[in-house]
Amino acid sequence: MHVSIVINGEEVSRDIEPRMLLVHFIRETPGLTGTHWGCDTSNCGACVVLMDGKPVKSCTTLAVMCEGHEIHTVESLEVDGQLDPIQQGFHELHGLQCGFCTPGMLMTTRALLDENPDPTDLEIRTAISGAICRCTGYKNIVSAVHWAAEHQAAAKQEV
Amino acid sequence: MQTPASFEYERATSVEGAIEALQRLGSDARVIAGGHSLLPMMKLRLANPEHLIDINDLTELSYIREQGDEIRIGALVRHVELLKSELLAEYFPLFRDAEEVIADPVVRNRGTIGGSLCQADAAEDLSAVCSAVKATAVIRGARGERLVGMEDFHVGPYMTAVGDGEMLTEVRIPLRPGAGSAHEKVERRAGDWAIAAASAAVWIDGGTISDVGVALSAVGLTTIHLTRAEELLRGKTPSEQLFVQAGEIASEDCSPSADGRGPVDYKRHLAGVLTKRALRRATARALHQEV
Repeated sequence: MHVSIVINGEEVSRDIEPRMLLVHFIRETPGLTGTHWGCDTSNCGACVVLMDGKPVKSCTTLAVMCEGHEIHTVESLEVDGQLDPIQQGFHELHGLQCGFCTPGMLMTTRALLDENPDPTDLEIRTAISGAICRCTGYKNIVSAVHWAAEHQAAAKQEV
Repeated sequence: MQTPASFEYERATSVEGAIEALQRLGSDARVIAGGHSLLPMMKLRLANPEHLIDINDLTELSYIREQGDEIRIGALVRHVELLKSELLAEYFPLFRDAEEVIADPVVRNRGTIGGSLCQADAAEDLSAVCSAVKATAVIRGARGERLVGMEDFHVGPYMTAVGDGEMLTEVRIPLRPGAGSAHEKVERRAGDWAIAAASAAVWIDGGTISDVGVALSAVGLTTIHLTRAEELLRGKTPSEQLFVQAGEIASEDCSPSADGRGPVDYKRHLAGVLTKRALRRATARALHQEV
C-alpha cells in the first residue's frame, strides 16, 4: 500500500504493508532514528512523536493511519543549530542519564509547554505519567521543564 | 518485535461507507479508531482481523452535545475531549473523575469512547461509567439504527451487542434533575489496568434517592452492574450507613480473580470501599455539598 506522510515538514512516500507501525516507518524510511522504539506496548513513551501537534505513541499507531497528518519527531526540535529550550533545559539540568527515554520525554514536554507555557510540578508529572524513565527518578526532568518554561518566556519578552 | 498479523486496510470517508464495508467484509473486519486497545491485542495475536476499517476521518462522529433531554456523545470522541468537556463536567462529573485516571495523557489523545466500549474489557472504566449513568448505545447497520441499553451492550468478555456489519455510532445519556455522579479507581501506576474501580450515579428527589446506578470495573469477567445494591438504595434517604451496606453488597456481588494486582479478598474489600466512596461523592454532588 502506497503511503505519503509529512514528517518534519517533508513528504515521505513508500510502499508498505498496512501493519507497519509508525515508529518503524519513521526510523526506516527517512532514517530518523531519534524516535526510540521501546516497550512496544504503549506503556513506556519512548516512541512519542507529535501528530498534528499532539503527542501520540508511535508504536501503537499504524503508519497508514498517518497519511494526511503532520508528524514531528525529536529531530525537528533543533533549528539551524539552535536547541529548543526544552532540549537546552534537559542539557542544563541533567534531565537524562542513559537517554533512552529522552526523545519521548522531549516531545511530550514540548507539547505540554505549547499548551501550557507555565506548568506546575503536578501538571508536568501528569503530562509525563505515560513516559517511563529508569535513570533520573524524574526530579531533574521536572526541573528541566521548568527551566525551559522560564527561558522560553524570557526569550519571548526579549522579542 | 511485536507486529500484528497481515490485514487489509481501508479508510472510511462516511459512516454509510464504513457500514457498507463492514457489511461486505462480515466477521473478518474490525473498526479501528484510536487503536490503543485493538492494536495491542493484534500485536499479541489475540485479535486477528483480516480487514481494518479506519474511521478516524469521520468527524461527524466527533461531538459532545446537549440535545433535548439527553447528552449525546459521538463514538469518535477521544478521551482527552471527554476529560475537558465542560458540558460533561456540569452534568456528569464522573466522566472527568474517570478520564483523569484512564491510561495516560498521551494515550488519551488517541483512544475513543466508542473504542473503549467496543473493546468490552472488564477492566475498562468507561463501561462502568456509562452503566452507572444508564447510557444507551446507538448501533447503526444497513437497516438503520437500534438502541441498546448498557445492561445489554456487553454480552461477555470482549463481546458486545454490536453485530457483524454494524458499528457503534453514539452514546446517549438521559438528563434528569437531581443528578450526582462519581468514579473511584485504584491502580498501581498510571496506565496500568485498575485493581478495581466503581462508578456511581444518584438522582435525588425531595431528599430521597429516586434512582441510582452503580457498576464495577476489573472485578469480574465483564463490567458488573450492581443491581442488588441499586434495589437497596432506591427510595431511601441517603446516609453513610446505607452506603456501607451498598459497599458490602459490592464486595459480595463482584467476582474478581487473583493476579499480580492482588488476591481475591483484597479486591472484594476494595470494590466495597470504592463503591461506598463513589456513592458518598455522587450524593454530595447531587446535593451540592461536595467539599
